[in-house]
Amino acid sequence: MFLTLLHQHFVQMSLVAAAVAAVVSGTLSPLVIARGQAFSVHGIAELGLTGAAGGLLAGIDAPSGALIGSASVGALLGFLGLRDRDRDAATGVVLAAGLGLGGLFLSRLHAYATTGFGLLFGSISSVSDHEVILLCSVAGAVLVVLAICWRPLWFASVDPAAAEARGVPVRTLGVAFPILLGAAVAEVIQVTGVLLILTLVVTPAAAATRLSARPRTVVLTSVSLALLASAGGVLCSLQWTSPPPSFFVAMISFGGYVIARIVGDSMRARRRG
Amino acid sequence: MSDVARLDGVAAGYGNRVLWRDLDLTITPGEYLAVLGGNGTGKTTLLKLLLGALRPLAGQVAVFGESAKRGDRRVGYVPQHQAFDRDMPVRGIDLVGLGASGHRFGPRRMPKSVASRVAASISAVGAGDYATAPVGLLSGGEQQRLRIAGAIVDDPALILADEPLSSLDFSSQRQVADVLDGRRREVGSAVVVVTHDINPMLRHVDRVLYLAAGKWACGTPEEVLTSERLTALYGIEIDVVRVRDHVVIVGAPDELTGPHHHADEGGGH
Repeated sequence: MFLTLLHQHFVQMSLVAAAVAAVVSGTLSPLVIARGQAFSVHGIAELGLTGAAGGLLAGIDAPSGALIGSASVGALLGFLGLRDRDRDAATGVVLAAGLGLGGLFLSRLHAYATTGFGLLFGSISSVSDHEVILLCSVAGAVLVVLAICWRPLWFASVDPAAAEARGVPVRTLGVAFPILLGAAVAEVIQVTGVLLILTLVVTPAAAATRLSARPRTVVLTSVSLALLASAGGVLCSLQWTSPPPSFFVAMISFGGYVIARIVGDSMRARRRG
Repeated sequence: MSDVARLDGVAAGYGNRVLWRDLDLTITPGEYLAVLGGNGTGKTTLLKLLLGALRPLAGQVAVFGESAKRGDRRVGYVPQHQAFDRDMPVRGIDLVGLGASGHRFGPRRMPKSVASRVAASISAVGAGDYATAPVGLLSGGEQQRLRIAGAIVDDPALILADEPLSSLDFSSQRQVADVLDGRRREVGSAVVVVTHDINPMLRHVDRVLYLAAGKWACGTPEEVLTSERLTALYGIEIDVVRVRDHVVIVGAPDELTGPHHHADEGGGH
């Protein structure tokens, strides 16, 4: 029964979507950790919900609405919170206002409960071909921009003052990064839902940094864990249909983090002793 | 034209607030200049002018005979010390590598020549033993050496360091000051160090630029760090006391610290 399901078109589509979202979030995740922007990710995701609900109301589809919502709030946060100290407050303010609006939009939708649940906890098992194409193209664009800006983005994230003196456009990157994050988050929402976004955007690199501080290793480990959690979550939900796939995604990702902590601590202890 | 940097009648500040004016200063190759003064006297502002990050309110700032511009590879900048987060996914060697090629856009691997400059830079500051450890787990002094390594990858002719010794214990302060001194001896870089406390670098410093109350004094430490000179500068009575090889300034209203402010070394392995 499990294997026959794998031949189903909708299952293949959700696996593709899960994998693509995982590659993007796993790649962005170390930068989110380096910049300390986990809270921004959550804020952006919640505005993705507002965008998705607004999109449905306006007659466009939810993923496009989420993309518009989260990318534009990413841009707004980039402009508002240029300095670290302001950023958490600005994020909190925008998040709260946006989520209120999202509640309004959701309440005006006819399919209130199912749509709301899908946005909050993900709707990966019912992803359409059209949505997969959108997801792949946004993911491709995000990865291309990341590849081009990779080193300056790291420099600006690790040591902004030194980077600025070296001529790195730190401020511009500070606005560009949340926009990239917004675009990526809108896609990852489909897998994890708004509430569990951090399970694919923060947990993978948080786990990877316990094991290594070598940026390349951290990125590869983070992408691997994101892939394992995302695709694994979809496969688990084929076997046990009652919880949403995002439940399994979150549990696998958390399990990876716990293992990474234990292994990482024992590695450090061995190096020291 | 062989001057590293030259300031002519420069006034600096932000908006209507002038921090200092009429500053004439020439920085020559291989010179070790310490910029002293209390908080808010415009020490960092001087570095910003030399970095091209700020325009003077009046006068001319020339670096290598041209107006200062951001991203000049002949200028190495060590920013004010800020500890890295413990989970920062970067090793020392990666931090120095960013100093070498972190400004470059595009997906290219680091060329061999850059990798060998990074290695040379790390050994120049004596950070070889911990260059592959996560930066977040290193002590303040170790982090600061790696920051200097990142700033000197291109053997810059001018090194600008903003409070490179703050939050270090006294022996780390001396070691970091020695590293900077080594650069001017070995490569002939001019070194400009903004500092609260001149003592850790007193034996290296050629000249002192002392900023106080919108005015300035410049000369050798023996010339500038005297009771008469600083009393004239501040307009109130200042005593400069020399105890063994330490200089202690007593009575400055902006609380210049002596050698006795210890801060935590942080981190550890």
